[in-house]
Amino acid sequence: MSTNKENWGSRVGLILAMAGNAVGLGNFLRFPVQAIQNGGGAFIIPYLVCFLLMGIPLLWIEWSMGRFGGKKGHHSTPFILGAMDKRAFWKYIGVFGIFTNIAVAAYYCYLESWTLSYVYHSIAGSFSGQSPEQVASFFGDYISLKTAEPVIFWILCLLLNTWILSRGLSGGVEAVAKIGMPLLLLFGTVLAIKGVTLKAGEDGALFDGTVGLNFLWTPDFSTIWTPKVWLAAAGQIFFTLSVGMGSIQCYASYVKSKDDIALNAMSAGWMNEFVEVVLGSAIIIPISIGYLGIDKVIELTKTGGLGLGFKTLPYLFQQWGPLLAALAGVMWFGLLFFAGITSSLAMGTPCMGFMQDEFKWGREKAAWVFGLVVFLLGLPTVIFFNEGVFDEYDYWAGTVSLVVFALAEVILFAWVFGIDKGWNEITTGADIEIPVIFKFIIKYITPLFLAAVFIGSLPDIVSKLTAEVSIYVHLSRLLLLGLFAGISYLVYVAYKKRVSENRFI
Amino acid sequence: MNTSALIMLLAAEGIVTAFTLYFFIKVLKTPPKPDTGVDHIEEDEHRTFRYDAT
Repeated sequence: MSTNKENWGSRVGLILAMAGNAVGLGNFLRFPVQAIQNGGGAFIIPYLVCFLLMGIPLLWIEWSMGRFGGKKGHHSTPFILGAMDKRAFWKYIGVFGIFTNIAVAAYYCYLESWTLSYVYHSIAGSFSGQSPEQVASFFGDYISLKTAEPVIFWILCLLLNTWILSRGLSGGVEAVAKIGMPLLLLFGTVLAIKGVTLKAGEDGALFDGTVGLNFLWTPDFSTIWTPKVWLAAAGQIFFTLSVGMGSIQCYASYVKSKDDIALNAMSAGWMNEFVEVVLGSAIIIPISIGYLGIDKVIELTKTGGLGLGFKTLPYLFQQWGPLLAALAGVMWFGLLFFAGITSSLAMGTPCMGFMQDEFKWGREKAAWVFGLVVFLLGLPTVIFFNEGVFDEYDYWAGTVSLVVFALAEVILFAWVFGIDKGWNEITTGADIEIPVIFKFIIKYITPLFLAAVFIGSLPDIVSKLTAEVSIYVHLSRLLLLGLFAGISYLVYVAYKKRVSENRFI
Repeated sequence: MNTSALIMLLAAEGIVTAFTLYFFIKVLKTPPKPDTGVDHIEEDEHRTFRYDAT
């Protein structure tokens, strides 16, 4: 028997944990930048269409796959997929659901540790009296490891994640979500109100906060039929919901067999959308444009939202006076930290579930070994950040793997397992009536959308593979391949073990 | 703000906020299902291993 006896403590706790899994740094840093680069207010149209036709179906698919696997005692995707179809192939496709979580956690925890460190520096007043260039170079020095501080915060962050994971699902993950998500919503709301109520001439602001909102939401309808905009919208929906990772299946595998998943998935999914669309659009762009103007912000967002969040906002907060600057810094980096940790905790559970199910490991042992693996795999991203290792992990594990896995699982669910059985899984115990049109959407539209996203990303994959890269990048690719091969071997061993013990698959 | 930006903002944020509240309130208002005891692990019909793991 598996040593895994975890359970969710409450329905609200499960939803907050699932929403926390989806809400990440991208909700605040990536979404607004994607919107201004892809048609402004018009971006929301393809974005919401993609949510309806790809995001919601994928949420239902992954929740129901998880609960289906949980009924059979599986809490990680190799054997969840294996339970849906007897061909061995699917178990190895399921490896993605562990691989992605470990590889993403390896660099994501480092990113998360920056937010923790910036909370500390906001309280300590490190940015007080600094020029914009000094605040920006603080970040440059930080990631260049000019001091040991980034490594210390990273290890602290890893220890915190591992300790919480070792406390279990209801005592650790759920407890953090119950504290972190309300705080995230509170901090986000306060900063959003401050952002949109900025007044030109007050506290050094050049423009009203509404100028930024106006810029973000003014629709450019000429872009709406551009494939690039649709790909960007599909990509954003995909990454914001944390689908294609295997973590949703793992969380859902602890749902009781007769309990609802349809309403739970909707509630968690829409909560993520609220954080992204309502809060995410009202903080970074209105505040930045209020102080820097539209042209400067367009220039700064060309490299993404990370620079704006870490290099620019800490300086802009200083314009509000020492006390408010410290408070704003704590709230901004605090909300990013809660967004990060609720996601990174979700990355730990599939790996732990696998080791508990298949090798009878205890929860604490599984958590600490996960922490150790993430430490070893994450070390190159910390030491060789400037050599592109971090970006390489993000690209292969945090981008390509998700699309490949989601495409495979939707084919398995709708075409191999069968849409009728799949529909039955989704609707069993449902507390809402799901429009039957979604049966058609899941079978035909969602796979097409995913195939389009995958095909759309192929030129980029090819150019990545054919480009001249450094030895560090080659080594990081080898590490990721090695990780995938290692997990595949463990799945093979686990399968043989099951056969020898005459345990069902 | 110009009119088109305001319309897009209000429509998008209105839709998202309404659905978020609707589903979350529905979760809070839906009574829990009666606990039927221990959630037994289902076994497959026959414990047959017809396929290879390789």
